[in-house]
Amino acid sequence: MRQDVIKLGGFVLRRALWLGLALVVAIYLTIIIANMGGALDEIRKTEIRGDVAVSIVMNPANKGLPPSVLQQMIEAELEREFDRLGLNQPFFPKRSFMYLWNAISLQLGRAEYLRSDAGSAQVRLILLERLPTTLVLFATAQLLIFFVSLFAALLLSRRYGSFLDKLVIALAPSSAAPGWFYGLFLILIFAAVLRVLPWGNMIDVPVPEDRALYALSVAKHLILPVTAVTLSNLVGNIYTWRTFFLIYSSEDYVELARAKGLSVRGVDTRYILRPTMPPILTHLLLVLITMWMGQIVLETVFNWPGIGRIFYWATQASDTPVIIGVIVIFGYLLAATVFALDFAYAILDPRVRLGAGAAAR
Amino acid sequence: MGPAQQQGNMKKQIRNWWGGLKSLRRYPSLVAGLLIILAFIVASLYAVVAVPYSEAIRLWRGGPGVWDENPKTAKPVWFDFFTTEKLSRTIRVTSQDQGAVHVEPLDDETDLVTIELPFNYDYDTFPRELNLFTDASTSLSASIFWYTPDGRVITIKEDREFRGATETYYISQDSGLITQLGNRLPHLVLFTDPRYEERVLKGDYQMALIAEVPQGGELSAKLVVYGEVQGLAGTDHLRRDIAVALLWGAPIGLIFGVLAAVGTTLITFLLSAVGTWLGGKTDSALQWLTQVNLIIPLLPVLIMFGYLYDRSIWTMLGLVIALNIFGSTMLTNRAMFLQAKESPYIEAAQAYGAKNFRIIFRYLMPRIAPTLLPQLVLIVPSFVFLEATLSVLGLGDPVMPTWGKVIYDGYNEGALYKGLYYWMVEPALLLMLLGIGFSLIGYSLDRIFNPRLRTV
Repeated sequence: MRQDVIKLGGFVLRRALWLGLALVVAIYLTIIIANMGGALDEIRKTEIRGDVAVSIVMNPANKGLPPSVLQQMIEAELEREFDRLGLNQPFFPKRSFMYLWNAISLQLGRAEYLRSDAGSAQVRLILLERLPTTLVLFATAQLLIFFVSLFAALLLSRRYGSFLDKLVIALAPSSAAPGWFYGLFLILIFAAVLRVLPWGNMIDVPVPEDRALYALSVAKHLILPVTAVTLSNLVGNIYTWRTFFLIYSSEDYVELARAKGLSVRGVDTRYILRPTMPPILTHLLLVLITMWMGQIVLETVFNWPGIGRIFYWATQASDTPVIIGVIVIFGYLLAATVFALDFAYAILDPRVRLGAGAAAR
Repeated sequence: MGPAQQQGNMKKQIRNWWGGLKSLRRYPSLVAGLLIILAFIVASLYAVVAVPYSEAIRLWRGGPGVWDENPKTAKPVWFDFFTTEKLSRTIRVTSQDQGAVHVEPLDDETDLVTIELPFNYDYDTFPRELNLFTDASTSLSASIFWYTPDGRVITIKEDREFRGATETYYISQDSGLITQLGNRLPHLVLFTDPRYEERVLKGDYQMALIAEVPQGGELSAKLVVYGEVQGLAGTDHLRRDIAVALLWGAPIGLIFGVLAAVGTTLITFLLSAVGTWLGGKTDSALQWLTQVNLIIPLLPVLIMFGYLYDRSIWTMLGLVIALNIFGSTMLTNRAMFLQAKESPYIEAAQAYGAKNFRIIFRYLMPRIAPTLLPQLVLIVPSFVFLEATLSVLGLGDPVMPTWGKVIYDGYNEGALYKGLYYWMVEPALLLMLLGIGFSLIGYSLDRIFNPRLRTV
């Protein structure tokens, strides 16, 4: 047992290092793309140039100065600004690594236009403020989808060929559409036509003082976005997982367990569910990654005040630091997701933590 | 090979084909999917032929003169079927066609020109808007009168100055006229039956323009009474006919989805075959790239790229392919290739001295190829929806009309709040239909090619 825990710890540590390295590379690639050939720097320099020129020319203290003097003042101020922002150093390698370190340590700089609700221009604060709301929506939908899919898939694998089973097969293509797509229809039906559920946002206005009412209000606003994600993922999940269950439930040892007269429940949980979990987790990982991407549009469509909506606003307002910041945060979220599933995988499949099955992933 | 033999071969082939077609009956969903995709292909071909590429772009860009005669946010004409009322449609009367022009000389230098623009209004609902387009050779002043079917005459404007050029008189927005009519909208008042409140008076209307025109001058006029319904798909806030975008969305969606699917699937297939066979460093490098790629947030990076550099659909296509090569299919392919690599016939090939190239392309890849087609078809919808997703986030192609851009416009203009459901539902349904078509084919192919799934 103790041996096992040490092995598990070693595996987890190896995976953490590995994922950390992958995350660094991913962020570095993003930075290179963002600043391809220094394009990003040029955009920034142009913006700074405009701001500096305006601030000097419009300054009442400078009124009446000849244009040549103003020009000199602008040049001098520009030089100071570029120095201050490190724009005079070459991009490769030094400044790119500077950007990389800033990104990894979440020193994401100051937003150009957007502000946090508390009034801060720090990209990190803006994003961290939005992180909980994003997680509330994501986790609620995830937990719902995971457990419903799991039990439905297990149930269907037992009733192979039944009407319900055929229905799920027939509806499996519904998973081709992303959550926001179903969201539009849900808004149309429940908000626009029936007027029973809110159009979007996370909380009623005015915000309820009472805790219980507050929770109730959030729950009410959660219904439509969570349903939208569920619609786009549930049937596809059930279909895939049911197939996994079918494959594992036709194994000889399952037949033997049934022949021994074990209860249906016992066979299900110990003989079918356990060995099927690893492939399910692998599939879940891919679904989760897709859903993180879907989160951006979902929040935009439902006006959910999370990171996704901030990202949309940043692209609309041309706020480059926020855009890069969101990508970094998403990189962290994806790495955390992969890590969490790896951990679960290692607990469920002893081969993985013993090192034998590592190559199988 | 003799001709008889050849004929025999052909017969056999036809029989094979026929047999193949007949066996399709066992897969009704495959047939349904194929029919849907076929319909989209036909629509795409029609789109490309009927509205050439440059024309589609010009139409969608709009601007002065392109959509002036269309009403804003008009519902599709088939809304008529669902109401007992006859919904108003756009009426266009010009002085050249239906109108009449009378010229009387006033003195030696000027003529009194009267332009009559008659039309019949036979709808149960009010028009949306009223505009008068004029084209005069010199600047002049004209008075405009309105004749209702029950014989009333309403002065719309006396001595309005017209510049010597084409000009639009927005009657519905004329604040002077609105005040004169008791703060009510002109296009409502002018068509109201005075005996009832809020009921349309049907019958023959006429607008008359009386102007003093210098001799030799020209004046022509066109009255547009904008209807409530327009075209097969309705119009948007810029008066554009949504049908153009719906039609052109088909080839764009198909091409984007299919090219992205083919590109990523084939490249991934090739790379995973090479990587698995060569093993060692190549394999670990590919695996490592796949791991890194899992952590790169695909959609935000795409959006950032579109925002910073270029959001044309072809750039996006290339980027989507590049970012998806090292996707999850790499993992599944690799598992399959690893299994195939151990097969005895590969060992045999090695024994007779086959080179790497030959083994990969002649032995390894054909073995896994059957899984390629369902994989490819199943992934198409996700790319079609990806294009729509980008558009919905405002990063659609800047010039091309796509379904996603129509949804974006509708969403941004508050189509759902205003009850203009057709605006967003039409492109959404088409997207869904295309997705369902490919999914139906993909899932059927999966069952045909994947015997393990068929047996369970």
